[in-house]
Amino acid sequence: MSTIESAFIDLQRLDRLAACDSAVHRLDPRVKVLITLAFLVCVVSFDKYAIAGLLPFALFLTLVIGLSGIPSGFVLNRVLLAAPLALLIGLFNPVYDHQPLMRFGTLVIAGGWLSLLSLVLRFCLTVGAVLALIATTGFNAVCRALEQLGMPTVLAVQLLLLYRYLFVLVEEGLRLNRARVLRSFQGRGLGIRACSFLLGSLLLRTLDRSQRIHLAMRCRGFDGTIHTRNPLRLNGRDVLTLTIVLAALLAMRVFDGPMLLGRFVTGLMA
Amino acid sequence: MHMADALLSPAVGGTFWAATVGAIAWCAKKVQQELNDRKVPLMGVLGAFVFAAQMINFTIPGTGSSGHIGGGMLLAILLGPQAAFLTIASVLVVQALFFADGGLLALGCNIFNLGFFPCFLAYPLLYKPLAGNGQNHRRIAAGAILAAVVGLQLGAVAVVAETVLSGISALPLQTFLWAMLPIHLAIGLVEGAVTATVVLFVRQARPEILDCAIGGQPPTARPIAKLLAGLAAAAVFTGGVLSWFASTFPDGLEWSIEQVRGKKELAAPAEGIHGMLAGFQEKIALLPDYAFTIGEQKAIGETVAHRAGPPAWPAVDAGTSVAGLVGGSLTLLLTLGLALLFRKRRAIA
Repeated sequence: MSTIESAFIDLQRLDRLAACDSAVHRLDPRVKVLITLAFLVCVVSFDKYAIAGLLPFALFLTLVIGLSGIPSGFVLNRVLLAAPLALLIGLFNPVYDHQPLMRFGTLVIAGGWLSLLSLVLRFCLTVGAVLALIATTGFNAVCRALEQLGMPTVLAVQLLLLYRYLFVLVEEGLRLNRARVLRSFQGRGLGIRACSFLLGSLLLRTLDRSQRIHLAMRCRGFDGTIHTRNPLRLNGRDVLTLTIVLAALLAMRVFDGPMLLGRFVTGLMA
Repeated sequence: MHMADALLSPAVGGTFWAATVGAIAWCAKKVQQELNDRKVPLMGVLGAFVFAAQMINFTIPGTGSSGHIGGGMLLAILLGPQAAFLTIASVLVVQALFFADGGLLALGCNIFNLGFFPCFLAYPLLYKPLAGNGQNHRRIAAGAILAAVVGLQLGAVAVVAETVLSGISALPLQTFLWAMLPIHLAIGLVEGAVTATVVLFVRQARPEILDCAIGGQPPTARPIAKLLAGLAAAAVFTGGVLSWFASTFPDGLEWSIEQVRGKKELAAPAEGIHGMLAGFQEKIALLPDYAFTIGEQKAIGETVAHRAGPPAWPAVDAGTSVAGLVGGSLTLLLTLGLALLFRKRRAIA
């Protein structure tokens, strides 16, 4: 409950962040969506023991977050909030996987620990990338980008409407819940039955609201699509950024940068 | 119940993306064909309702903990399968983007797990026949509970299958199933009970709402079969294309062979698998002696997992390990330095 509530407060903060201005914010939303997808595919395609290979991607993400001016504490906070599930499943890796994979002198490290570390790392990277996308683009622009990239219009309209009414309805749900909890003593009236009736009345109110919305939309000439004022337009800078970043991501995926760097440094020392 | 990007391999994520995209396209076409633009705001507002409903917690009998409704089956009953599938998809998109619940790559899996099973299997095959024309309270309740339970169980099995197929987690199939299924049975029962009570409440207060939902249904039998066939074709096609694509990466081919074999073998009982796999591994290994000396292998005994595919450091060679560690640390330092630099710059600005 508290996580959902705090996540909801963060939602408003994400919206505010998306309204800021930076080099990353100014990029075309489609470019950002494509870069994020390429980033995710690259990160996820590493094999399960990869750690060093993932670090350049952390560097890239830090660079993007730094350039866009999103507070890094905010991103870290969100990543930590969402971490328990991945950690829970990852913690079984050291239990089941004892294959020794690394050796430093007499210290042998089992594969399970490496894959746990790798899993945590890729979790931070994937969650961080999605957060960076939404915090620099905003939900409406992401929806428009997805629609232009081929998402069905019905789903795009659905997403926009859902997002618009999310704030209203969630606040209503919070109010209902607070009112009920305040009137409950020794946990009475918090059971499934009472709760279902509460949900039922919220649902009826919601249905009535949707009817009013529909009438209002019809009055304003709604024909099943939501029109926006500024059509998306790709400029040369967007295309250039997309090309360079995709090439860089591919290079980071194909060449093991840290390993090359390590070989170079240890070679210098030897 | 949400899959995370970190637990997925690209082949599994891509396959489920393809299946989900196919299902969404089909649903979008169906919903647009209905030409009922009243449904558009209804879907949007009901999607937001799911979030609002999750703000209302109830205590779960016998445990003392509290939970909230998931809402998939309720949406299917109120909107019909196609519109409900789109609504569930939109809810999951918002959760993935804002709540870090699941990720973008895992979105295909999540929409499939939480949308496909309740909307296209549990609802038409269990709820509709059981609830009938919606006149009998007990039949509605039984249908809602059974459909919610079965939908969630199928979803849980799918989560386990996707995780095991991806091979990022080392959890064995059976252990994972035993952990997931009982929990989701309990969740399903609670979800079903709440769904049934809400549906009955709505039926009592405003019966026309449910009648409208039932009346707007297209016949379900044939399109489902077509959809399943289409999905299977899409999955096979993308599976083939993606694994071909993956093989252009350095260790992709061996990796995907390993995925396929890992799946087959994990379904068998646990004993003797490792030995068999070790045999296979030696036959196909590019570097037959890549792992470690036989003496060490014996010392570690039966538990040595041979099926760990091509590791990041193919040979356990101290020199390679050190180089990897040094390089990795330097990259990490560089990242931290960059982060600090940006921090300082912001502080000045």
